[in-house]
Amino acid sequence: MAQILIDKVRKDFGAVRALDEVTLDIADGEFVALLGPSGCGKTTLLRIVAGLETQTAGRIVIGGRDLTEVPTRARGLAMVFQNYAVFPHMTVFENIAFGLRMQKADPTRIDAQVRKAAGLLHIEDYLDRHPGNLSGGQRQRVAVARALAVEPPVLLMDEPLSNLDALLRLEMRAELKTVLEQAGTTTIYVTHDQTEAMGLADRIAVMHGGRIVQIDTPTEVYRHPRTKFVGGFVGSPPMNFLPVEVTGGEARLGGLPVPAPVTSGALLAGVRPEDFAIVAPDQGLAAEVLVVEPLGSHTLVTVRCDGATVRVVTPEIIDWPAGRRIGLKPDAGRVVWMDPQSEQAVGP
Amino acid sequence: MSGRSRFLPYLLLAPSVLFLAALFVVPLVETIAISFSDNGAPTLDHYRRMAGDLNFWPAVKNTFLLVVTVVPLQVAIALGMASMLQKLPRGRDLVLWIWTIPLGVSDLAAGLVWLALLQERGYLNSALAALGLIDGPTQWLTYETPGTLFVGILLAEVWRATAIVFIILVAGLQLIPKEYREAAEIFGASPWTTFRRITLPLLKPSLQTALILRTVLAFEVFAVVYAIAGRNFPVLVGEAYVWQRDNQAYGVAAAYAVLIVVISLAATVVYLRVLRSRTEERS
Ligand SMILES: Nc1ncnc2c1ncn2[C@@H]1O[C@H](COP(=O)(O)OP(=O)(O)OP(=O)(O)O)[C@@H](O)[C@H]1O
Ligand SMILES: [Mg+2]
Repeated sequence: MAQILIDKVRKDFGAVRALDEVTLDIADGEFVALLGPSGCGKTTLLRIVAGLETQTAGRIVIGGRDLTEVPTRARGLAMVFQNYAVFPHMTVFENIAFGLRMQKADPTRIDAQVRKAAGLLHIEDYLDRHPGNLSGGQRQRVAVARALAVEPPVLLMDEPLSNLDALLRLEMRAELKTVLEQAGTTTIYVTHDQTEAMGLADRIAVMHGGRIVQIDTPTEVYRHPRTKFVGGFVGSPPMNFLPVEVTGGEARLGGLPVPAPVTSGALLAGVRPEDFAIVAPDQGLAAEVLVVEPLGSHTLVTVRCDGATVRVVTPEIIDWPAGRRIGLKPDAGRVVWMDPQSEQAVGP
Repeated sequence: MSGRSRFLPYLLLAPSVLFLAALFVVPLVETIAISFSDNGAPTLDHYRRMAGDLNFWPAVKNTFLLVVTVVPLQVAIALGMASMLQKLPRGRDLVLWIWTIPLGVSDLAAGLVWLALLQERGYLNSALAALGLIDGPTQWLTYETPGTLFVGILLAEVWRATAIVFIILVAGLQLIPKEYREAAEIFGASPWTTFRRITLPLLKPSLQTALILRTVLAFEVFAVVYAIAGRNFPVLVGEAYVWQRDNQAYGVAAAYAVLIVVISLAATVVYLRVLRSRTEERS
């Protein structure tokens, strides 16, 4: 069993607090994505779980065993490094075989495992090459194959698909998901690509400034962000936030009364771009079109509304000039409410 | 590419090439010429005299003996020192500085320091006598005690010239990203395996540089030996010096010089072949 408990972990680099009371409980076989902007502490957390960095405070427990005093090599996990760390003096084959060789696996098993992992990542043609003659994306896939080949109970991946083209990334994403699910691997997957996190993970832990600000299923994170930051970071284009004044338990969004979770005061109404209906100018929030971007499957319309920039996504193909006046009608059931001061969600 | 930029690199290299030619190639050619001629007539006499001399084979033997003991010892010690330095959490600069002090000491001075330590009434004997291990002044560095004489020279040479190997290896180690070692550790490699399978192969270019430099210099060992042993421990460069200064036989001295150059070049070629780093290994 390989459930992972990250228990109140703190990490200071001198005066810089990279991680602040991070707690994360991951079930055996679960796939958790760590999602957050650059510099929020994702790599640091992964390195602490791996034992490559020592936490200032807190514990790491895997399968019920406190790992604080356990050296990296005895933790029984595999990792894909953000900068690959593929050994330059070994062939691709030897790189992928490295973990199994360390486990003194027998040669036939090594050969089979290496070919399986290489096949999965479409690098079986490069097994005899040295990493020096591979592209960045190919090298990255060697790093992923090296980690998969040992079939670890715990797999840590630090942006393992960041250097692949969009199509290959999509394909690898699906294959990773299948393989890891079949093997029942407990996975922590670092990314700052929110679609990747949404597509792969059982749960997403959103990090910001060294803290985990929300941990939930992808749908829950998307539908009910706990903070304004999460709403803005998860989802592309990000959630829109409209300042509203609540009176008598109701806010008025473009003439439309919407029930609010407080009786009075100022709030931010968070509305996803696809949760606006475009209506006639006098029937909703008055808005002026700034840019129209046709994106094939849908159209992204950027409008100015009450002095703020609002992004709207609509499935319709439209071709409006800038300056056109339209109305926006939010889906009342999908509005989330934030306190403008604390930027935390209010209400259910 | 314009004609000008095609020739520019050569133009820029020209001064240093000319400089090298004037100060290295010309004397070398001249030395070779002297070693093969007698008053303008070509001859092998100087080489015959060199090889027939009583001290020639001992000098060859001693020089090679020093090279094959001193160089591996220095590389091993320097590797150990450089690895330890890497592990230090702080104070690295200070340790680095202290360990490289011998670099600033001239080889003759180093020889004299060790002579002062090891001679009949030196510090070593005083210390041993104080501890009651010896009765009185004992001679370690004479013709009759070749074993301790050799060990004395070995110690002095190791002390004097390990630092240059150390510096090269420290620089080389710093060029290896720590992620390689970390990745090895993740996949279960012990510290020794990591050193053998990751660090050492990636350090090959630096090791090659250090080995070539140290071996060539070790074949030219002279001042330390001269200070500690005089002619009791003949070496090749020492013999060249004696033939040049004492015997005024410039031809024989030149023959020695040519022999040393040939040996050094051969060693370099051997290292380049044995430790060849294939281009595809670098990334
Ligand atoms: N060895 C270190 N010494 C000092 N500060 C560090 C060190 N490693 C990381 N930090 C700091 O800790 C913070 C978190 O870094 P980390 O590498 O974990 O970010 P990240 O979330 O992985 O970012 P990215 O998405 O860019 O990879 C940053 O502010 C960084 O500057
Ligand atoms: Mg990172």
